[in-house]
Amino acid sequence: MVVFKREDDIFTSGHTACAGCGAALAIRTIMRAIGKDCIVVNTTSCSEIFSVCFPRSAWKVPYIHVTFENGASVASGVSRALKAQGNDHTKVVVIAGDGGTADIGFGAVSGSWERNEDILYIMYNNGAYENTGIQRSSQTPQYAWSTTSQIGEEVRGKQEPIKPMVKIAAAHGIPYAASASTGYLIDLENKVKKALNIKGSRFIDVLSPCVPGWKYDPQLTVELAKLAVETGLWKLNEIENGDINNEKITVQPSFKPVEEYLKLQGRFKHLTPDEIKIIQARVNKDWGR
Amino acid sequence: MVKTLEGSHAIADMIVNCEADVLACYPITPSTHIAEKLQKYYADGKIPEYITVEQEFSAISALAGASATGARTFTTTSSQGVALMHEVLYAVAGMRLPIVMCVANRSLNSPLGIWCDHQDIIPERDSGWIILMCESNQEAVDTLPQAYKLAESLLLPVMVCIDGFYLTHAVEQIDVPSKEIVQKFLPKFKPEFKLDTNNPITLGIYSTPQYLQDFREDLANDVDNAREPIKKTEEEFSKIINRNYGNGLIENYKCDDAERIIIAMSSFCGNVKEAIDELRDKGEKVGLLRIKSYRPFPYKDVQEILKNKKHVGVFDRATTLGGHPPLYTDVLAAIYDSDQKVPISSFIGGLGGKDVTVETAKNIFEDLKENKIKRKFV
Ligand SMILES: Cc1ncc(C[n+]2csc(CCOP(=O)(O)OP(=O)(O)O)c2C)c(N)n1
Ligand SMILES: [Mg+2]
Repeated sequence: MVVFKREDDIFTSGHTACAGCGAALAIRTIMRAIGKDCIVVNTTSCSEIFSVCFPRSAWKVPYIHVTFENGASVASGVSRALKAQGNDHTKVVVIAGDGGTADIGFGAVSGSWERNEDILYIMYNNGAYENTGIQRSSQTPQYAWSTTSQIGEEVRGKQEPIKPMVKIAAAHGIPYAASASTGYLIDLENKVKKALNIKGSRFIDVLSPCVPGWKYDPQLTVELAKLAVETGLWKLNEIENGDINNEKITVQPSFKPVEEYLKLQGRFKHLTPDEIKIIQARVNKDWGR
Repeated sequence: MVKTLEGSHAIADMIVNCEADVLACYPITPSTHIAEKLQKYYADGKIPEYITVEQEFSAISALAGASATGARTFTTTSSQGVALMHEVLYAVAGMRLPIVMCVANRSLNSPLGIWCDHQDIIPERDSGWIILMCESNQEAVDTLPQAYKLAESLLLPVMVCIDGFYLTHAVEQIDVPSKEIVQKFLPKFKPEFKLDTNNPITLGIYSTPQYLQDFREDLANDVDNAREPIKKTEEEFSKIINRNYGNGLIENYKCDDAERIIIAMSSFCGNVKEAIDELRDKGEKVGLLRIKSYRPFPYKDVQEILKNKKHVGVFDRATTLGGHPPLYTDVLAAIYDSDQKVPISSFIGGLGGKDVTVETAKNIFEDLKENKIKRKFV
């Protein structure tokens, strides 16, 4: 095991993320694994706001942010410019939210995958547009409350399941697509390191709990990110070269009841026993149990 | 060397001669032939990188990344493509990225049309881009190296605009200055700051009210102060190529002794000039003030030239719905700022490719014989 020191941090302390922010933990871990020979492309999101508020920056590597929906395109340009300059070692890394990736930026992301751009794309997935006040995204779990998936008499929370980004990425035939969690930092680190040594488009979807969005006690960030995996709600997997039929599971769940995960979060507190049963049934089906 | 070329291909040739490193284009009529020709040049190894993006928003975004990494960049688009880029056009100007883009001007939907007017760039007027409006393909070709020189020395993006179809699809005699000639004028792009692991910088920051206006004020001043460099650059390149297009900001065509003047931009100016020559043969004192630099706008030159004129007609190939048309508004502002009192009339025409001919120009001059201010579609 590698032991990191503070000085090794590339995403440094002093940023303004909330206490217990899963995204900040994910980014710090990912950047340590990547090292200094990289250029970071970020999208408008919590991570942008909390890391580059002028005149401060939390980044020890070159960093660029342009808009909310163009991380994959900006990174394509960075990558091609490096290529034009004969630089074949500097890594191009996108750090983007789930909204900027799976929703508004989806066309750009899909385009970059279709072209197999040489980019490591990290989607830190906090399951909503957290920066703008907890609005639903395509990555918000079914039945969850958000400010745009409210609980009412007619409609109770988000109706649709999560759009499966790792499968979608893999279906583009890109060399590497994986899912990780801030509850399993070594697994996350391993995936980043593996992805770093692959050429072409690489995608990692990292579950990153959000204290104000999910409404839980800040000390439970890692606990929740673990429970999501243990219950089978969040799969830790890898799919290489678009081989969807050969999905590799990197951490086996112990299949704790989903309720253990759901009950700790305010965004699920309205769930009825029947709704919890539906979620449990879906997990069982997903895993063929 | 003078060759018979399609306008779009001449522009593509010039981009090769300017040694652009990274291109990202998405097809849209009437700019498409430029993008296609450049893709062939990429296939032939004359352009290092060409990104076949999935939309114009990504084209300009990719150039933002490439430019920030120190590459010389280029894209081309029209109409809906410009509109789709809108958000990023403002962002890259604020980030001071010296991107060069050729816009083949075309109307904006709706109704959907593919032909020329200037509506597509009007929403980008306030973006911080330098906007240069060319009358001919030769002028566009000669303006592109200047655009790079201006962009890279001032750290401002530059749009070189040509009228869709009238220029893009015209096959004519064009002299594309060679790479050697361009190299004498345009140094290699060596930005002081770029995304470089040896000297990490943070680009595209978030700002609180404490600082944001200061950034905008700096940008505003720098765009304003671009007028002198635009003039100097035009002077410098015109000496090398022995062709010139006014002072870089405007062209004064027979205005000095004129009583009536048309102010216009781009290819229609060719017809206005022809009308002027015919009318002058009959003893009419008429002239054309062609605006080349739409942004920054040449207020001083306009004030100078309009001194002691009897009636001025501003021709807009775009509208501002619910307000005075864009070029007209700029001219009114220029004159209000001076001690002159000259009647200024507004003519809107050529929308969506409606023909604007020598006859149109003559009719406008006829309208200007009356002292009464007019505002109309022609
Ligand atoms: C074109 C555009 N639409 C909307 C916004 C407002 N906006 C900024 S960040 C954001 C949500 C970001 O969500 P996500 O990518 O999931 O990142 P998070 O904030 O959750 O970290 C939104 C809606 C914007 N900046 N640009
Ligand atoms: Mg989010």
